[in-house]
Formats: sequence, structure tokens, C-alpha cells
Amino acid sequence: MNDMPEFATPETQGFWEGCAAGELRLQRCNDCSAWQFPPRAFCQTCRSNALSWEPVTGRGRLASFTEVHRAPLPEMREAVPYLLALVELEEGPMMMSNLVDTDASRLRLGMALEAVFGRPGLKRGPLPLFRLRDGTASEGT
Amino acid sequence: MKARAIIAGVGDTAVGKLEGSSCLALHAEAAAAAVADAGLESKDIDGVLCAYSMTMPHLMLASVFSEHFGITPSFSLAVQAGGATAAIMVMQAAALVEAGLCRNVLVVCGDNRLTGLSRDGAVAALAQVGHPQFEQPFGFSVPAAYALVARAYMAETGATPEHLAAIAVTARRHAGRHPKAQMRAPITIDDVLDSRPIATPLRLLDCCLVSDGGAALVVGRSDMARDLPRRAISVLGTGQMNTHEHLVAAPSLSEFGCKASAAQAFGRAGIGPGDIDVAEIYDSFTVTLLVELESIGFFARGEAGPAALEGALDLGGTLPCNTHGGLLSFGHSGAAGGLFHVVEAVRQLRGDAAERQVPNAELAFVHGDGGILSAHCSLVLGRV
Repeated sequence: MNDMPEFATPETQGFWEGCAAGELRLQRCNDCSAWQFPPRAFCQTCRSNALSWEPVTGRGRLASFTEVHRAPLPEMREAVPYLLALVELEEGPMMMSNLVDTDASRLRLGMALEAVFGRPGLKRGPLPLFRLRDGTASEGT
Repeated sequence: MKARAIIAGVGDTAVGKLEGSSCLALHAEAAAAAVADAGLESKDIDGVLCAYSMTMPHLMLASVFSEHFGITPSFSLAVQAGGATAAIMVMQAAALVEAGLCRNVLVVCGDNRLTGLSRDGAVAALAQVGHPQFEQPFGFSVPAAYALVARAYMAETGATPEHLAAIAVTARRHAGRHPKAQMRAPITIDDVLDSRPIATPLRLLDCCLVSDGGAALVVGRSDMARDLPRRAISVLGTGQMNTHEHLVAAPSLSEFGCKASAAQAFGRAGIGPGDIDVAEIYDSFTVTLLVELESIGFFARGEAGPAALEGALDLGGTLPCNTHGGLLSFGHSGAAGGLFHVVEAVRQLRGDAAERQVPNAELAFVHGDGGILSAHCSLVLGRV
């Protein structure tokens, strides 16, 4: 628990507990089975209040990415350039994350990704980060 | 007969780096100009719509402004919808007038974002629109978010960096014809492509400016039109659509709310995109304008970039767009940035746009978008 980010709230606690345990977890509705992200206190699909945290595969595809050269905050200056990405999870929700263990020239939209946990150069975490599955660039579409 | 809303007066301040300027002083200067342009006195204003300020954040900016300006409006409201704010304020002002709640609504924005905040400060403040837990910790910035949209857009449509650059070059060419524009020196496609990367594929010259400046207008009733010192401009149609705030919650990376927003505005005006003589469309980044031009229906998917390269958006093109230079080259001082688009549309429709005048402009389209293509508002304006 000492690895929970300072910004976690009661509604998002389950997500960050999962990250601290090295597992990607999403909210799922007990009544209609819909996945949802970001977390909230009710199911956005059927308005049920019965939600559970469930582990997900951590697999997804690269929906978009950018190599950031201009840091938004002075404390992020040492981290540039870094790769910011949108990842469409197998379960459906879209996440924003950083890509690690790769470089921009290898990336193609649609590539298969998997979650890993760590601290990007941004000194917060552990955060869910993503890397190419199998470490190859051959799966791009 | 139901009163129709008109834009009776417009005003703006100098734009750029204005040493000694302040949020309230810019508001007051722009407001005074707009009220005078409408042939009114400040006591005639019975409704006030303000936006928000980064340099002087306040819970009640509309009240702060009215106190400062010395008026006691019977209706007052502050609107916060990022880049959609200005268009939403005009939509709201028109609704107030048409509902009979107000006679003369002052819409006013201004901020000294450049001298009061610094460029670093502005970038940091804007990054707060990212989700605090699920976007910001990964190094979210507004340019990075639009870069994510740009990559997806380019992959889908085949648009190239040259197509994006053509938007910046065209904006600069327009700005060169406006004496108040912040950046007037011509640039080339190569200048854009050689400028430093901000968040790939976006480069410095793909990004809007940070400016000090203010703008204002007065929305009144059509039955005052004949007494006005200047030609009145009708608010013919308005529309809005809000699909998300955070990019992770966007329903799509290729279709955004501008489509429905524009369709509403065109439907209410009883016209279509092909009828528009001049367009003033939010251009926070080059890609913003490309996505919106196509989504709104001015160009088929993937065709706005090639058209821009061929001069379609320039004076004399099929759709002169952002004839003042837009956020990319005229200036961007917060909510006033979007209001500059409206002020320019009014000047075009009045025939007051001097060397940047679109000949016989009778119908104008204005669009604002806030967040990451999150909140959209469209206006169709025309000569009375």
C-alpha cells in the first residue's frame, strides 16, 4: 500500500492497488458485465452500483502515439523525449500510457502491446506502462 | 413576432505581448469598444457573459468584470468550455435575446496569458485539462493529446506533414493582411517542417500562439438593427455537441462532436456548408482545423490537406478560412482567442475587412472546440 500514488481516491483505489501488485485491474459491472474505465462509483452502462475489480489480460493494441519533446511541467524536462500512447485494451476501454523498451521508429498503429508496471522517467508510480508484445515490430498493421 | 438575435457591435484590443496589460483591463477595453461600435452606452447593457481567466482565476469573473466596468446587469454568467467558450457565449447570448430575457448582452473575454503567465506557465496550466490520474501522470500535454489525434488522423486519411504545414502557412499569409496580428512574417512549408518537434508529428509552427489580448461583442434584438451605426449581423443558426472531456473517454479518434454541432447550426439556419462564403474555425493546432473542416462537411475525408496546399483556404480560394490569421498566427489569449474568430466573421460580413476582405461575403461559419475536440459550438452568421 505504500506504493499507492498520492492522487488515488476511494473510487480509483482498486486500480492502483492492482498496479502496486503488478496486475492491471478494471471495474466490471456485476449486473450487466460491462467493463469501464476510468473508474467511477456506478456503472455508466446500466447505472448499477454493484461493481467489482477484475484482473484483465493487460493486452491491447496501439491506437496512437506521440514522442513528446516539450515537457508540460518543468519537473518532466529530464524525461523528454518520451513516448505517450493511447492503448485500446482487449476488453474495450482506452488507456493513456507510456511505451517503454522501444523507440518511435519501430512503432506502427495497431501493434500488439502488453502492460508492464514501473516508473517512467516521470517519478510517479508504479504506473501501468506498455511495451510491444514479443518485442518485435512485425505485428503492425 | 419573435425577436431575432443580431450582433450589433464588436471590439478588440491589441494582440500579442502587451506589457502592463491585465485580465480586467483587457476586458474593459474590448467591452468599451464593442459597446461604442453598437452605438450604445454601458448602461444599456442588461446581460453580461464572461469566460474565465488563467492569470486572474476567480469564482465569479462575470461579477468581477461588471463591478470593474461599472454596470449592474440583470443577467450575468461566466462560461467555461475552453476553446468552445466564445461560440457558446454567442449562442447563449442569442438565446437570451430571443427568449426576451435581455435586450443587449455583452459578451467579453480577455487575458494576459503571455505576459501574466509565461509560455511555460501557460503550457503547465493547460496540461491540467488532462485526467489527473489517468492522463497527467504519463506526461500529458495539450499538444501531445492533439498529436495523438494527428497520428490517428494521418494514418486513416493518408494526410502528410506537408498537409498540416499548409494550414500553418495559410494562416500566416492571412495574418500578414491583418495589422493587429501577432505573427505576420511569411513562412514556408519547409519552415514548418524544420521547426522543432513539440510532440510528433506536431512541430512548433503546428501549434497556436500564446498571447495577451481581449475581444468583445454585443448581441441585441433585430428590431434595433435599423438604428445601428453599423450593419447588423444576424445569428442565423447555432449548434453544440459535447461528447467527452478526456481523450481516453472520446467515443472515437476520427469522428468528433463538430459534425453534430455544425449540422445543428446549418439545420437551424436552413443552409449547408456549400453556401458559406467565409469560415472562421478554431485552429489550436494545424490538425484541429483539418479534422474540423472535414468533419463539418466542407471537404471530404482526407481532402482538406491537399486542398489547403492548393490554396483553397486562402483569399480567393473555395473557402477562405481564418482570414485574420487564426490562433496560429493572429493570436490566442484564452477564451478571447475563440472570440477573435467571431469578431473577424462580423467584420467580413460587414465588408470591413480591408485588404483581407472576402468579396461579397454574406454567410459566415464560426466554430469553436474546447478540450481535446471535446466541446463543440458552431455559429452561422449572415448579413441582415
